[in-house]
Amino acid sequence: MSTAFLHAFGAHLPDRVVTNAEIAARLGRTPDWIESVSGIRERRWAAPETGVADLAVAAAQDCFERAGIDAPTLGLVIVASGSAPPGFPGPAAGVVALLGLEGTPAFDLPMASAGSLFGLVLASQLTERFGDVLVIGAEKMSAILDAAPLDPNTAILFGDGAGAALVSSRPGRWKILDAVLHSDGQFRDDLAFDWASPLRMNGLTVILQASRKLPSAIEEVLARQGIAAQDVTAFLLHQANQNLLVRVAKALNVPPERVFSNVARYGNTSSASMLIAAAEWSRENPAPGPVIFSAFGAGFHWGALLAQSV
Amino acid sequence: MADSTRRQRLLGILKTITDKPIPADDEESLFESGLLDSFALPDLVSALEAEFAIKVPDRDLNPRKFDSIARIETYLEEHGA
Repeated sequence: MSTAFLHAFGAHLPDRVVTNAEIAARLGRTPDWIESVSGIRERRWAAPETGVADLAVAAAQDCFERAGIDAPTLGLVIVASGSAPPGFPGPAAGVVALLGLEGTPAFDLPMASAGSLFGLVLASQLTERFGDVLVIGAEKMSAILDAAPLDPNTAILFGDGAGAALVSSRPGRWKILDAVLHSDGQFRDDLAFDWASPLRMNGLTVILQASRKLPSAIEEVLARQGIAAQDVTAFLLHQANQNLLVRVAKALNVPPERVFSNVARYGNTSSASMLIAAAEWSRENPAPGPVIFSAFGAGFHWGALLAQSV
Repeated sequence: MADSTRRQRLLGILKTITDKPIPADDEESLFESGLLDSFALPDLVSALEAEFAIKVPDRDLNPRKFDSIARIETYLEEHGA
């Protein structure tokens, strides 16, 4: 791999808190049922006038502040989103415009939950050519829920938000050591959304596949670098469901507290969730050592990235 | 190995994973009956692998293959368990 470093993360969550009680009333379920099947207690929903690019820019600004840089430093911007409105251009154009960048290349990754992981891996390979690369995962999942009748099994899960990461060839806080990415399209209909009909999720297939593929990808990248899962100080995963996070910890034989979780407060924010988790984790003065980033999402696409504190 | 032994081992796994009554009809859906949910299914597959010394490949991680006692028995038989 090219030499690349993670410098800082950023996050933005809309102000409006949507509790389980509010959602349960609309779905005919109970707040306790929602928490028992997902671990989620509340999520954030953006205002109607707020778009994916707005959420992305707010996370970018937080990342700039933490990294001590300004937007013009960037050589490339990558924006992952599975909930951006259909058509073109995608939100990346809006992001660079709102950041005041003229001529800085930017592109979209129209991927849901695994989008920011794929963005990080791409960025780690592009820093020598483009310098500082900003990776953003931004989602307005409430727009998906508003686009069609609410399905209790999916409406309970999703929240809005954005996360960002600055990747550079300049030395930074975490060196990226290795990464693995995988895709398998045979289950593409088991988790899908096309704006013409409600989001489809075959929960049995999704959980069965994710509970195998997440630990498998993590073990694959760790084995390549000769690092044991027990020596990893933090696992920063896509925040899909608390029960899934616990299952991944169990499969890896690591204490569940090593798997960072904020899903109770934000729900599943799809591609944004892993970077929002990283932003919160990095604020807590984390212990030095190896760190795993991992995600699984619609497609299916999944993988893992290994970094080491410098 | 006799089918009845394999069946008893399978029923033992199901009893370990869930405390709910096992359906009397081998064709009844374990999901629709409420015996298995999305988080019990991975436990079932892992337990089958351990008990019968088989490896369920990712392409077989399809809930329909494990939807009933009859289907699980068929899967085990096809994989030499």
